[in-house]
Amino acid sequence: MSDTTSARILDFITARFPQAEITETEDIFSLGYINSLFAMELVMFVENTFGIRIPNDQLRLDDFRTVKAMTELVNRLRPAAAVPTA
Amino acid sequence: MSVIGVVGAGVMGIGVAQNLAQAGHEVLLVDREERILEQARTAIARNCRLSRMMGGPALDPDTVLARITTAVGLGPLAKADIVIENVTEDWETKRAVHAELDQVCGPETVFVANTSAIPITRLASVGSRPERVVGVHFMNPVPAKPVVELIPGVHTSPETVARTRELLSSMEKRWVDVKDASGFISNRVLMLTVNEAAFLVHEGVATAEAVDEVFRGCFGHPMGPLETADLIGVDTILYSVEVLHEHYADSKYRPCPLLKQMTDAGLHGRKTGRGFYTYASPASPAASTASTASVSTDTK
Repeated sequence: MSDTTSARILDFITARFPQAEITETEDIFSLGYINSLFAMELVMFVENTFGIRIPNDQLRLDDFRTVKAMTELVNRLRPAAAVPTA
Repeated sequence: MSVIGVVGAGVMGIGVAQNLAQAGHEVLLVDREERILEQARTAIARNCRLSRMMGGPALDPDTVLARITTAVGLGPLAKADIVIENVTEDWETKRAVHAELDQVCGPETVFVANTSAIPITRLASVGSRPERVVGVHFMNPVPAKPVVELIPGVHTSPETVARTRELLSSMEKRWVDVKDASGFISNRVLMLTVNEAAFLVHEGVATAEAVDEVFRGCFGHPMGPLETADLIGVDTILYSVEVLHEHYADSKYRPCPLLKQMTDAGLHGRKTGRGFYTYASPASPAASTASTASVSTDTK
């Protein structure tokens, strides 16, 4: 679980919200200061950083609530051949 | 089927065009440059794609875009039944556009000015048919906000108001009736709040994060005033405060110098990637690390 994917996602969130002390399973939208507009940034970040394209009908807020969920989403959609060493 | 013209492919024009297309209208979106229109199509496709995730309806980007035609210049608006103008909140810019629209459009056209602060009666005085000019203040993001301010000018006819209400209903909007006074309800209050919040940062009293945290944590607002400024556009905030200041000649609307400096520096908020906060990339938030903006007074 503690691969580079989750670390990079965590870095992205904490760079934007330096006050965030979050774990991989914490719902970032429950913290109070991260609103759903940031989810749009997360979608773009995840797609651009990991070279994936999330199908339109699979874009769900629940997949962006936690670092763990985002990491699983990336692992699910990333072509097997393109998986870098974690 | 009727054609609805949308002038200006900035943040508001894009939202209005998308909302109209979602409602099934045929939309003609115009701006000064093809490059801006191309960016608008990209932004609309992205916003449609993310709509359901953000709590809106599921939208197929291709279906919505198929209802939006784009064109450079105001000439093609000759065939529009209703024109919604969304250009920069600056009197000279709006005046020039309304003067040209009056020349270009047919006799039955209704002109809707989407403005947050400029008096409708003054805008209506530019052309030859003030009875056909009405104000609607849409909120951002347009497709997600169910309520608008509806502002008739002194000469606006009941028929113009009725046609505008019909259009708004088709867009699933409700409206609040407001008399024509600069800033209406929303911006008389909001712009002073944002301006004062900017003064707090400018004077070093508090950081942008601290100001916003008070509004979120203490007052229960979903967003603080400076996050809101970044969403609306710092330049748009400045223009709106300047319009209020000019119109009422009241020093309580004195624009915060920090807003002026940020506007000059291109720190316009989300749309340029940086304002009171830093975002991933202009227009389409994307990959890059981001940190809190340190504007001239260093908000950190």
